[in-house]
Amino acid sequence: MTRLLDADDVARMVRRLAHEILEGNGGAAGLVLLGVRTRGVPLARRLAAAIATIEDVDVPVGELDVTLYRDDLALRDPMPIGATDVPPDVEGRTVVLVDDVLYTGRTVRAALDATSALGRPARVRLVCLIDRGHRELPVRADHVGKNLPTAAEDTVVVRLAETDGVDEVVVGAGR
Amino acid sequence: MTAPLTDLIAIRDLDRAQVDDLLDTARELLPIARRERASVPTLRGRIVCNLFLEDSTRTRLSFDLAAKRLSADVVDFTAQGTSVKKGESLLDTAETLMALGVDLIVLRTSSAGAPVQLAREVAVPVLNAGDGWHQHPTQALLDALTLLQHRDDLTGAKVTIVGDILHSRVARSEVELLRLLGADVTLVAPPTLLPDVSGWGVTVSADLDAVLPTTEVLYVLRVQRERLHRAFFPSTREYARVWGVDAARLRRLPGDALLMHPGPVNRGVELTSDAMADPRAVITEQVTNGIAVRMACLYRLLSAAPRPEVDA
Repeated sequence: MTRLLDADDVARMVRRLAHEILEGNGGAAGLVLLGVRTRGVPLARRLAAAIATIEDVDVPVGELDVTLYRDDLALRDPMPIGATDVPPDVEGRTVVLVDDVLYTGRTVRAALDATSALGRPARVRLVCLIDRGHRELPVRADHVGKNLPTAAEDTVVVRLAETDGVDEVVVGAGR
Repeated sequence: MTAPLTDLIAIRDLDRAQVDDLLDTARELLPIARRERASVPTLRGRIVCNLFLEDSTRTRLSFDLAAKRLSADVVDFTAQGTSVKKGESLLDTAETLMALGVDLIVLRTSSAGAPVQLAREVAVPVLNAGDGWHQHPTQALLDALTLLQHRDDLTGAKVTIVGDILHSRVARSEVELLRLLGADVTLVAPPTLLPDVSGWGVTVSADLDAVLPTTEVLYVLRVQRERLHRAFFPSTREYARVWGVDAARLRRLPGDALLMHPGPVNRGVELTSDAMADPRAVITEQVTNGIAVRMACLYRLLSAAPRPEVDA
């Protein structure tokens, strides 16, 4: 496994992504950040903290568990379902989905279904820390921390202090 | 890793990790009912067959809603007006259902042991929705979920179950699950309605009033008039006087205790109307939790069993 990005890199990306979100939205009005479990959640909280520093506005943050919306249920081992804890006012707002790694796009598709089950947002944006390519669905992120060309067999792991004790992005070559 | 669930027949088939997983899953599924769109697409395209060979309105409705909240298709197969009345055997029926392509069978029957027999014969998961006097596992699970919404832990919790233990599949499942979760169970029953409970790990008492002051959970069983072919007690009035729970009796129950009943209640027999209105009663919570628990069971049974021809 090779460490590609360290804690300082992650912090810089989060700050830049916060600026990009605000620029794309023309400010913080109407924003709701929804972190896709697991690591999208701490990322969403960090983005909200960064936005609070920049604009002095507290943007609501929610957690989204997409397990029940996946299309590959029967192909995987039984997974525990996590909590979906969403701010009540998704209706008519700009939802920003936050995920750590964008890969096939299937998680995002499930997250879009999960979001629309909660209400009808005015628009939905997608933010990811790493885009590693190999999409299987027509999904594109609005804001990307870093594009990382990989082989399909490679593994890309984002570690965050809140879940893993350290901030870093590591890549392992496939067989 | 929790062992995958292939059928759900009896509580004793589950280990603690599986029970905890089902209850955790149910807790996460509970809020779906309150969402704007009160269903998730998880089991879309799966067919759940409710095979109900014994009258039941509430349990069937609960299973029906559970499957629909997960977007499964539901087909009903009830004893009324079907070939079962024409003498078709359970296994013939099962063969037909398999040929029709159902993915899971929910079975309610008056024959104890029929779900086990069915599970041996069919390739799809079988979920026992009550078989005779034997088991009713989802009832016990929904009761455990309800209790754990009010208590962090059931270890050492003093649970009193009162009523017709002999004919009660609820009591059998209940005792097994409560013991697995560490509760102390006391059974109170008329001697004629108490089976041999040696080996159940419970205490038996004949004096309801004596055990009430130390009871933390009072579980009142339904008097199953339809099961009483013989005279087990002199009259329903006599039953209500000795074993029934009314407001006066509830005054002996601690203020923070819980009152439960599997429904439907025979008002004025095992529970009076004012007892049902007591703030310690959690009977409607039990009904709500029943849907979430059944969703969790369907989800686990169907996600653990990949269909042969899945197109990745």
